[in-house]
Amino acid sequence: MEFLIATAIGAMTAAGIYLVLRARTFPVIIGLSLLTYATNLFLFATGRLAVNLPPVISGEAVAYTDPLPQALVLTAIVISFGMTAVIVVMALRAYFETGNDHVDLPGEASPEAREDDWKLLGRKQGDGPRQSVVEERA
Amino acid sequence: MNHWLILPILLPAVLGALLVVAARHDALLSRVFSVASCVLLLIVGLVLLGMASDGSIRVYALGDWVAPFGIVLVLDRLSALMLVLTALLGLGVLLYAVGGWDERGKHFHPLFQFQLMGLNGAFLTGDFFNLFVFFEILLIASYGLMVHGGGGLRVKAGVQYVVTNLVGSSLFLIAVGLIYSVTGTLNMADLALKVPQVPPADQALLQTGAVLLLLVFGVKAALVPLHFWLPGTYANAPGPVAALFAIMTKVGAYSIIRLYVLAFGEQAGEAAWLAAPWLLPAGLLTLVMGMTGVYAARSLGQMASFAVIGSMGMLLATVSVFTPQSLSAALYYLLHSTLAAAALFLVVDLVAERRGMLRDRLALAPRFAQGTLIAGLFFAAAIAMAGMPPLSGFLGKLLVLDAVRSHSQAVWFWALILSTSLIAIVGFARGGSLVFWKSHALETSAAASRRPAAVLPFVAVGGLLAALVVLTVAAGPVHAWLELAAAQIFAPSGYIEAVLGTAKGGQ
Repeated sequence: MEFLIATAIGAMTAAGIYLVLRARTFPVIIGLSLLTYATNLFLFATGRLAVNLPPVISGEAVAYTDPLPQALVLTAIVISFGMTAVIVVMALRAYFETGNDHVDLPGEASPEAREDDWKLLGRKQGDGPRQSVVEERA
Repeated sequence: MNHWLILPILLPAVLGALLVVAARHDALLSRVFSVASCVLLLIVGLVLLGMASDGSIRVYALGDWVAPFGIVLVLDRLSALMLVLTALLGLGVLLYAVGGWDERGKHFHPLFQFQLMGLNGAFLTGDFFNLFVFFEILLIASYGLMVHGGGGLRVKAGVQYVVTNLVGSSLFLIAVGLIYSVTGTLNMADLALKVPQVPPADQALLQTGAVLLLLVFGVKAALVPLHFWLPGTYANAPGPVAALFAIMTKVGAYSIIRLYVLAFGEQAGEAAWLAAPWLLPAGLLTLVMGMTGVYAARSLGQMASFAVIGSMGMLLATVSVFTPQSLSAALYYLLHSTLAAAALFLVVDLVAERRGMLRDRLALAPRFAQGTLIAGLFFAAAIAMAGMPPLSGFLGKLLVLDAVRSHSQAVWFWALILSTSLIAIVGFARGGSLVFWKSHALETSAAASRRPAAVLPFVAVGGLLAALVVLTVAAGPVHAWLELAAAQIFAPSGYIEAVLGTAKGGQ
């Protein structure tokens, strides 16, 4: 069982890191999810792996497993779920605002290149949200 | 039990929720509530500061669950200081924002309150899983604030910021798991007792966990080589939000000071002073990188961002000496650099607002409305940030240089701090002269100079700069107080007794 859990954590972390380093937002988000799954499994395993042991007081229990990591994992799952939702929304918004789903900022190389990027997009680099978006949300 | 301790968390939490539910459609109401909350937070912070000044450490057991089984809030001099700093900065930034800027997007005020709640919680908690939770609260709020007002470039920079911090959060959890797996505790005071007892076989796990945790705090504190997210985020974040974020990097620094003296300090056996060998070179490198960045920046916003990185380098390098004297110098510099960075970001926003499409880019443009006043404010903020006399940055640098004098790497400190100061001064002078001075040579004075300006933004910037002046004038008493705070940090037994002593009292 140790081998199985360790392999699962390792494989998910490796895949997660690979995907996080990709250039587009979709694989990055998948990668982040894999990383959080690996983290959750890892946290779960920090309470030591045990089979058929209850985490809470029970009359017929011979021994107990550590309940705290399970509580931590619950918290971590809730937080990572919320975070994934946030980043999906932000990635979508970035896609609609700029017309592409690259993670890199447009033309990070030079200000001229950035200018070109904005021209290509046919939009001005503005400060406020586009009117249509504001209206949709109102 | 002393219920004052929970107020800095409870107040913004309740008001933030109230603002979402009740004051969503009423700009005036939400402004009044938000400002009132910040003023109250400042008052509560000052009361707590007064309480902490007697040198005792106060503990608040949430739900009356005794430590180390329940979560505790701990108030000592350092956390009280950070609370007051947060409230002061929050009030300054909020005054700037209610000048009309807060209407550019929705839910600015609730997000702002939740951000303050996360910050206050992180400064108060005595449990490091709870620290993770408060980190997440302040991060979630900061994601919302970061993209406030929208715009494609900003949202993109926001996505990068979120990704970086989500990876950071995963690392945080892994580090917490590693440390928990060998010590069996999440309470910082209890951890300080358990770390020396960790058997040699488990030392590798413990130290890996501790260094991973340092990495996480390093990401928050923009420590080289983990600083890469900061320039893109801060330079693309709206000005007032970047100003508020000036305290976010300090959360990382605070956590390093707290945990690595308390749990991995002198008594930690094999893991003693674990952070020092990593923190020192990284801090100095950050200093060089940041101040060079000031010189190389292409916009005022980038310039301010790199100045923040540089100041964090200086702060963390000083912390890494781990003596009470260096810590008190570092804390003085922390107070100064937070306020100075916030003022600088607000001034940059004032400039960017007035230059149309050019925003804050370093390029020649006609004069703009209130140019002279803003130039003066920029001058003051840049002097403060670069650490020139007469403002507190200079005193902070002097204190740091004095504190590291007997350290084995003192030569590096002196050489790098003095030379990077020069680079930063040249960088700021270059930016300032291009944006403010040379514009006078252009014939076309912008017609917009007739435009009446909102007063509040100037009040906010002036207030932050005035706080710097107060910090300079009152440097003697402030530093004496900070020395007591540093002494308290370097006597962890008081902290441990205060937290775990309540456990005995409860039984």
